[in-house]
Amino acid sequence: MRIELVKRPERSALFAALSPFIALALTLVAGAIMFSLLGKNPVEALYYYFVDPLREVWSLHELAVKAAPLILIAVGLSICYLSNNWNIGAEGQFIIGAITGSILPVMFPEFQSWIVLPLMLLMGIVGGAAYAAIPAFLKVRFNTNEILTSLMLVYVAQLFLDWMVRGPWRNPEGLNFPETRNFNPSAVLPEIWSASGRAHWGFVFAIVAAVALWFVLTRTLRGFEIMVLGQSPRAGRFAGFSSSRMVFFAFLLSGGLAGLAGISEVAGAIGQLRPTISPGYGFAAIIVAFLGRLNPLGIIAAGLVLALSYLGGEAAQISIGVSDKVVRAFQGILLFFVLACDTLILYRVRFVRTTAAKAGEATQNA
Amino acid sequence: MDTTPAANGPNLLEVRGLTKIFGTLKACDQIDLTVAKGEIHALLGENGAGKSTLVKMLFGSLEPNGGEIRWNGQPVRITSPGVAKKLGIGMVFQHFSLFEALTAAENIALSLADDTPIGTIAAKSRALSYSYGLPLDPDSLVGDLSVGERQRIEIIRCLLQTPDLIILDEPTSVLTPQEADKLFETLERLRSEGKSILYISHRLEEVKRMCDRATVLRHGKVVGHCDPRQETPASLARMMVGSDVKMAERTTASVKGDELLGIRGLSRKPASPFAMPLKDIWLNVHGGEVVGIAGVAGNGQGELFEAISGEALQESADAVRIRGKTAGRMGISARRMLGAAFVPEERLGHGAAPRMKLSDNLLLSRHATDAKAFVGTAGLVKSGAIQQAAQRIIQVMDVRKSAPDPEAAALSGGNLQKFIIGRELDRNPSVMVVNQPTWGVDAGAAARIRQALIELARNGSAVLVISQDLDELFEISDSIAVMHNGELSKPIPIAEATLERIGLLMGGAEPGHIDHAKEVA
Repeated sequence: MRIELVKRPERSALFAALSPFIALALTLVAGAIMFSLLGKNPVEALYYYFVDPLREVWSLHELAVKAAPLILIAVGLSICYLSNNWNIGAEGQFIIGAITGSILPVMFPEFQSWIVLPLMLLMGIVGGAAYAAIPAFLKVRFNTNEILTSLMLVYVAQLFLDWMVRGPWRNPEGLNFPETRNFNPSAVLPEIWSASGRAHWGFVFAIVAAVALWFVLTRTLRGFEIMVLGQSPRAGRFAGFSSSRMVFFAFLLSGGLAGLAGISEVAGAIGQLRPTISPGYGFAAIIVAFLGRLNPLGIIAAGLVLALSYLGGEAAQISIGVSDKVVRAFQGILLFFVLACDTLILYRVRFVRTTAAKAGEATQNA
Repeated sequence: MDTTPAANGPNLLEVRGLTKIFGTLKACDQIDLTVAKGEIHALLGENGAGKSTLVKMLFGSLEPNGGEIRWNGQPVRITSPGVAKKLGIGMVFQHFSLFEALTAAENIALSLADDTPIGTIAAKSRALSYSYGLPLDPDSLVGDLSVGERQRIEIIRCLLQTPDLIILDEPTSVLTPQEADKLFETLERLRSEGKSILYISHRLEEVKRMCDRATVLRHGKVVGHCDPRQETPASLARMMVGSDVKMAERTTASVKGDELLGIRGLSRKPASPFAMPLKDIWLNVHGGEVVGIAGVAGNGQGELFEAISGEALQESADAVRIRGKTAGRMGISARRMLGAAFVPEERLGHGAAPRMKLSDNLLLSRHATDAKAFVGTAGLVKSGAIQQAAQRIIQVMDVRKSAPDPEAAALSGGNLQKFIIGRELDRNPSVMVVNQPTWGVDAGAAARIRQALIELARNGSAVLVISQDLDELFEISDSIAVMHNGELSKPIPIAEATLERIGLLMGGAEPGHIDHAKEVA
């Protein structure tokens, strides 16, 4: 018995739609196995992981808080990946956006006005975009591999943030804790519906960005340009599109959105800068982008699923006492199955009985 | 039969019911073929008829799904090219597999399994090449050699393994007529030594001239075995295509119009170490005429196309003029806005995005010129209008397809080429530049495309056709210029052009461009 992958003549629309769900189902199965190996009841564990966080309104708010940065970053990344630009450094752009966006509340805490918040968001976007411009410039000018440069810049950003909050930006009244001062009220991103929970306007930004980019991708010439340059660069050049301009467009856009996510997270959910402001949103957003099939609308759903895995991870830690590493393991399993199931879109699985094949060969040789 | 004694010899190779299936496509369906000792056997068929698949199975690069192969009467399984070589089957591929940065001898050494010293290989290849009239310097770098010389390396490499059967895949497609004549002499000499040759071609004249027997394939099936000497090119073509092939009708050129495309002293540095530089090219194309550019592949035709289309910019704006406007510094979209249209050689990945629908591929080359019709305010794409235009082109050019708006890659080469040409014709361009208009296109579609190009010129446009297919250029051009080594000869009016004269220019015998340059200036 042998398993063969046979190339389909055309992309299968059925499996393009089904593959994320197959991947999710396989992730659940693999998760159940993982929990039993850890000595936990798999049904109970999966319940705490995926159902319990959805039972109350406040935790739905938490879901939105976690999903907002994931969706914002992932829709920007989808534009990058569709245009064949491999920005892996959204985590760094997120952090730099958070830092540049925090300049006003940290350095000028007396400056309090309605304009502070819009300025902060704008500066966050500019910071993230500027940081993403570095790998873009290196790629266009020196033909460097953007995967490596953007990834390495993540570590630079992380250490820079660490240094900032321990050094120049440390809260003078903060008892030497590595934190900045708390943002004043005019620098805090308000809650959408403060009566019921913590969800802030970052979630609205995420939905607006996703819908807007979906529109750009599917209905405009710019979207067409992104797709052509991503799928066949030479045909793109023949069409008169510039691939180096597209490198900058994709990186600046995704960097800007990651920066917006960063400052929204800091101004909305945290309220100050700390050595660690992201549980790996910039990397998890890569999974979100692919789980959402690089389609901005699909990414909204995928962002909610990944956010659930963060919440469920916390719930599972509390209720059944598994390690927080299980969250990362889950995300890894999910990404693996997402990418693996995508094979089904272009290939068909065929089971070949080896014994029959041998017989066939024998008659050939006779 | 008795006129070809060689064909009566014992069979060297016998193939029965050989079948290869790719997905749902039967690329080869129950193929029967016998090659006798000491014969030149032609394998005829259009592109996509299954010739390459068949010989790949014979050479061990592909595994058949069914059928048997007998070698000297014994059933064999050819599981790899190594097995094929051991049996005594050698192959010269259409697309060479040579390292340009290595010498000829080093390239030959790479394909030999044993560790013979390179000096011995060089000496052997030199001796062999001279004895077969294919002189070759084993110490020369492949990058410096012409396509014809590179093919010699492949042939010598094959002969060094003393095969009994030599498979040649479209060997003359990269040769000048004179080089082809030389190759035929070599093949005839090999035949007289008792070697067998399986000769793949779609050029009927040469098959008729040299081959003892022919097997004709169509859509993966054998449609007949024949003696090509008893057939006419027309009857062979009918077997290949399955119906009569129409030649494009050429009406006499009307009065020359204005100069619509002017190339003045165009030079281009090589973009990569092995790309061809363009050297001081001068050419005018007037309204109403079709100018052909002949030349062996790799002599700068692709570079010239990119320079004219604007995918590569020129240093001087005056180097390219489109409808009298200097366009050398303009990108491809701006040149299109001046009224020019371009069809590149590669269909998938250059002229069209393979995984995009036909309607999207229409937008690919027309988004700037037809911005009013196809793109609305704020860059909104008007998909309705584009769909309509795509359907119009599909009808006019008779594009056969399986779905209403399929992906480009789902179309056959000929049908996609009809769509790509139709996409540009639909704009009614005043300048049309086409690189290899019918490369890999079936005969019916090719005739349709050639007719369309002639009609465009007769309606007052300037048409420039770059092609390796001399028959095609003679069929449609009003004058033919030849590219050799990055230089372009003076165009020869069709009335004065002979196959021999063009062939000599293709071989670089006559640098005709110098006095021509002065004349234009």
